[in-house]
Amino acid sequence: MSAIQNSIPIFADENWRLPSRGRVAMFSLIIGESAIFTIFVVAYIYYIGRSTSGPTPSILDIPIFNTICLLSSSLTIWLAEHAIERGRMRAFGAWWALTIVLGLVFLAGTAQEWARLITHEGLTIRTNLFGTTFYSLVGLHATHVVVGLVMLSLVLIFTLAGRIEQRHAERIQVLSLYWHFVDGVWVVVFTVVYIVGR
Amino acid sequence: MADQTLPIPGSLRATPSRGAALLEWLHGWVVTVDHKKLGILYVVYAIFFLLVAGAEALAMRIQLAVPHNHFLGPETYNEFFTMHGTTMVFLVGMPILFGFANYLVPLMVGARDMAFPRLNAFSFWLTAFGGLLLYFSFVGGFGLYGMGAAPDVSWWAYAPLTAKAFSPGHNTDYWALSLIVMGFGTLGAAINTLATAFSMRCRGMTLFRMPLFVWLMVVTSGLTLITITPLTAAQIMLTIDRYLGGHFFDTQAGGSATVWMHFFWIFGHPEVYVLILPAFGIASEVIPVFSRKAIFGYPVMVAASVGIAFVSVTVWAHHMFTIGMTSVSNSFFVLSTMMVGIPTGIKIFNWIATMWGGKIRFATPMLFATAFLFQFLIAGLTGIMLSVAPWDWQLHNSYFVIAHFHYTLTGSFVFCIFAAIYYWYPKATGRMLSERLGKWHFWLFLIGFHITFDTMHFVGILGMPRSIYTYEADRGWNTLNMIISAGGLVQGIAVLVFAWNLIHSYLHGKVAGNDPWDAWTLEWSTPSPPPVYNFAADPVVRSRRPLWDIKHPNDPDWKYEQ
Repeated sequence: MSAIQNSIPIFADENWRLPSRGRVAMFSLIIGESAIFTIFVVAYIYYIGRSTSGPTPSILDIPIFNTICLLSSSLTIWLAEHAIERGRMRAFGAWWALTIVLGLVFLAGTAQEWARLITHEGLTIRTNLFGTTFYSLVGLHATHVVVGLVMLSLVLIFTLAGRIEQRHAERIQVLSLYWHFVDGVWVVVFTVVYIVGR
Repeated sequence: MADQTLPIPGSLRATPSRGAALLEWLHGWVVTVDHKKLGILYVVYAIFFLLVAGAEALAMRIQLAVPHNHFLGPETYNEFFTMHGTTMVFLVGMPILFGFANYLVPLMVGARDMAFPRLNAFSFWLTAFGGLLLYFSFVGGFGLYGMGAAPDVSWWAYAPLTAKAFSPGHNTDYWALSLIVMGFGTLGAAINTLATAFSMRCRGMTLFRMPLFVWLMVVTSGLTLITITPLTAAQIMLTIDRYLGGHFFDTQAGGSATVWMHFFWIFGHPEVYVLILPAFGIASEVIPVFSRKAIFGYPVMVAASVGIAFVSVTVWAHHMFTIGMTSVSNSFFVLSTMMVGIPTGIKIFNWIATMWGGKIRFATPMLFATAFLFQFLIAGLTGIMLSVAPWDWQLHNSYFVIAHFHYTLTGSFVFCIFAAIYYWYPKATGRMLSERLGKWHFWLFLIGFHITFDTMHFVGILGMPRSIYTYEADRGWNTLNMIISAGGLVQGIAVLVFAWNLIHSYLHGKVAGNDPWDAWTLEWSTPSPPPVYNFAADPVVRSRRPLWDIKHPNDPDWKYEQ
């Protein structure tokens, strides 16, 4: 076998480079996830104004503070990526931790919003079509935030333990792609639910 | 080379007892992250369910052979056609195509393994347990008729039949949950295949030197990303409806049954391309090797595959002509569906052009690939007929539609899968499948297939609807149904011959050697079966047919390609 192997003429480009498998995989995952969100967004838009009873989207308050927190977490995670690429590990840890805090604030804001809707407005997932589509779409996004926070926290734990080094920069960037995606989806969800649909 | 420097675990110990050896062997298969073992697991799993779903189909054909039969009751019949469809698509089609992708893509691009071996194992076990969950419903499912009820809402599960009020119990939940689980497994496998093909290629393996099989698996995986996920989303909505009292598909509360149809077919139609594209990949490997010619029009084949993928996501509502869409939507979906015929036609011409003037060897893989060409052509033609909305209004939900899609899925997909198994079995096991049994398998299956599915077109035009468990004796369908069932029996015998061939040849088959078919892609440069490390030295390629270059140093492909 090795005789065959060795006889293959070597003419390949000396600068043989391939795309990072982490990035290819994460972009693939993002494409797949986008399709899931598309279906939920389409369902939300299609069902706007079709509820036969119960509260309507006018009871929603625009979560401006929440949105600012989540979107700025994209900036802080980018600063963290930037820091690890240059080997500034303390700055990386700080920006990374701040990203997690911003994500947690967003989740807390969503929890508060849902608590108000459930207790004061009487809107649950089974109340009407609006409740069903609203909680599923916003909940689907919040689920992604939770998954993202779990992964970010794992990285934070490893950072505090001193196990993350500059050579992990690419992996960190691949994970950050997911977080950017979660933020980007929020822009769509926010527009559809709180601006177009209200 | 590697085995001289690395200690092999267990080799230094005294031979363990038989029981311990068996346990270790099993343990090796369960914990493996090797792409070849996982590929074999996928294929074996799929063949097992092929036999199961085939048995379900045979039971349905026995029931329909004569009018007013009592072989299966109506409720069992509903369960069987639901499970037959679901099994064939999700437990046979998807696993077998990702099984072949697993086994072949790393070998064909000259890689050591898939890009993410552990994700690979995770994907397989998700798929495996998803399938077991689905089949557990035969024992543990509670449905309209009490315990032991499998899902009976058909494989497209139209709302509002799936609502809690009409499908009480939880057999429908088994269906939804197992498809969600398998959906994540499939998503993982697709991501892995894409990452492997893009990021694990050996030196010199540029995108336009990848074997067409790899290209087709890339297109399939890309299509899977945007195809399986809408189904997962719709299943989550269905689960929300059933468990949390949501109203997505609850027509009483403003929900829409049509939305489910759209969501399901946004998945469902590209899904058939997800199944058929790997079959194209297999045909594109088998036909050149057995015609002794390089594939005709490689770049056009790639472009046509990508084109099919793009067009295929715009055609879903041709499954819904009868629900009363506007004439604008009808026209759009008629035209987009007809457009699929252009790239597929290009492919058929290219395969024929590859065979044209070649020194064709009709070994079993080539027989199956040739039959595929003819049957796929007919499947495409009946597809064009059904794409015409008024024709579809007449024949929707008739046996004509069943005949059409079994021509694509059995006549094309399964025939190519058989071709692939005959072609790559020597590589995976080191032994040739028996050609004599292979010919029996081919001719029996071909004849049985045509007896069954050719006749089904006629009974469909005569007005026999699908999904009925029996019919009146005075409809003029009696003889035709008897013929269809007889053909089914012949196919069943053929599949048993095939199963026997797999087992018998594994034990007594002719030793294959590295390259039994005198082929040209990298997997044939490894021993059969390949060692765990695949390639002792990283291969380097300079053309689309690296082994041709080695075998013909005076006339290598790279002189002409570039």
